[in-house]
Amino acid sequence: MQRYIIGRVVQSIVSMFVVSMIVFALVRLSGDPIQIMMPAEATKADIELMRAHLGLDRPWAVQYWRFLTQALQGDFGKSVRFRRPALDLVTERYGATLELGGLAVLIVIALALPIGVYSAVRRGSALDYAARIFAAFGQAVPPFWLGLVLVLIFGVLLHWLPTSGRGTPWHVLLPGITLGWFAVAGLMRLTRSSMLDVLGSEYVKLARIKGLPEHRVIWRHAFKNAALPVVTFAALLFVALLNGSIIVETVFGWPGLGLLVIEAVDSRDYPIVQTVVLFLSAMYIGVNLLVDILYAYLNPKIRYSQS
Amino acid sequence: MNGTTAAEAIPLPPRTRDRRFPPLIPLAIVAALVLCALLAPVLAPHSPLEGSLGERLAPPIGLEGSKPGHLLGTDRHGRDTLSRLLHGARISLAVSVIGITLTGAAGSFIGLLAGFLGGWVDTLLMRLADISLSLPGILIAVLLSVVFEPSFTNVIIVVVFLLWPSYARLTRGETLGLKQQEFVALARVAGCSSTLIMFRHILPNLAPSILVLATLHVGYVIVLEAALSFLGVGIPPPTPSWGVMVADGRGLIEQAWWVSILPGIAILITVLSLNILGDWVRDRLDPKLRQV
Repeated sequence: MQRYIIGRVVQSIVSMFVVSMIVFALVRLSGDPIQIMMPAEATKADIELMRAHLGLDRPWAVQYWRFLTQALQGDFGKSVRFRRPALDLVTERYGATLELGGLAVLIVIALALPIGVYSAVRRGSALDYAARIFAAFGQAVPPFWLGLVLVLIFGVLLHWLPTSGRGTPWHVLLPGITLGWFAVAGLMRLTRSSMLDVLGSEYVKLARIKGLPEHRVIWRHAFKNAALPVVTFAALLFVALLNGSIIVETVFGWPGLGLLVIEAVDSRDYPIVQTVVLFLSAMYIGVNLLVDILYAYLNPKIRYSQS
Repeated sequence: MNGTTAAEAIPLPPRTRDRRFPPLIPLAIVAALVLCALLAPVLAPHSPLEGSLGERLAPPIGLEGSKPGHLLGTDRHGRDTLSRLLHGARISLAVSVIGITLTGAAGSFIGLLAGFLGGWVDTLLMRLADISLSLPGILIAVLLSVVFEPSFTNVIIVVVFLLWPSYARLTRGETLGLKQQEFVALARVAGCSSTLIMFRHILPNLAPSILVLATLHVGYVIVLEAALSFLGVGIPPPTPSWGVMVADGRGLIEQAWWVSILPGIAILITVLSLNILGDWVRDRLDPKLRQV
């Protein structure tokens, strides 16, 4: 168990190194950042001075080391566009992304779990059928397009909800639904199949024979055991939402990290792009690590098969 | 394979039993789509890239203000939506065929090597797969597009990057099993080299699983391409990718919903059909993969 966890931690650190190297190499490959930073009327001497000042005349290995040590100290460079430290901008926008992701997780769990459980319990019913069609559609609808459809229906036609920006609690609804939609389908399918497995087991039969009320059988005896794969999925979901938020924030003009990075791509604001990529990758790798450790604790089978 | 005997022994629910025939409607839709993609230059009534400004934002036929000759309306440059959709099918098809072929080949080769050779090669390659899986794909695409201009090649790189570990893991696992089988030992006795055993004797046995995984991935790749292009980090405009078309219509949703809604419907129908077909292929060829 300990060996497994240490192995996973080491692997996560290596992954983070790889990300930092990819980011570093790609950003340096993309051409001379000085060209973008300096005004057009800058003289050659000015440019050389700036280059030396930023350490861009040094060998790559030295530059990478500098980049790495500075990043570890929280210095990610200055945004070209906003002329402010990149890390400040990232931390400012971070809350918005978390708010959106949090709502999406709530929506997903509130919808997917009950529907998944009930379509397993009432297998073959109209609700089960509807839920399965919904799940099939859910996985085929591109999220960026769903966002536009929601804007069209609730914003343009019905005028019920705001379609862009962040402000009142109403603003988060449409982006939250869009972000959660895809995951609802996946989690619903998983809950359903996991419940179906458990409902056929001996101890559920025993619970029924004992004469327990049906809701107790379903939630106490069956669902608790069906929840293991569901728990890990719910955690992985968070990671998927992180990726999805880039798309959804772009559609709804939601001022989070995703929008920040896409805007930075447009204005070729490298420090921002590299900071957001590093930041989100670290979260992605970190959550993956936590989920694996949690899973190993919950499921002894993994614990032993991996060591 | 013991798949058939197992299926006979256990009575299956009726839904599973009539899976000998492919689901016809999705099959027809996918076939029609492939035809459209191949014949787009012939079928498309107008150029997908050039429009006439006099016919800007014409709605689809049947709606008020529609222009004859533009069945599904036009976009803000007066380009014909139907023609762009047809040409967009080509992009989706090209990305999925090229992307999945490359990934399938590279990933399966890596998995085959890892499983057959074992030892440190196996450890190294599988660690690489783990690392690759732990990196967020869309962010890699974003980075690539800042560094190099957004392009078809970038999309293919991202597809390969995201999907190769699944092929490597699948083929590695199967190779580990096949390696123990008698026909491999016999081939070795008969004097076959390792290379020959890998490609002549083991690889053909991996083909069904690889094919199943590839079919299951087609829909995913089409959505991925559309999403990247929508974000402006995939196929660059004015190329009529479906994702680019949705992005084009984003700001026009109030005046001209069809510009972005129609390509989305095209993606939805395509991916839904492909997923249903993919499930069918999986159940037919390799029921073991049902959990994938």
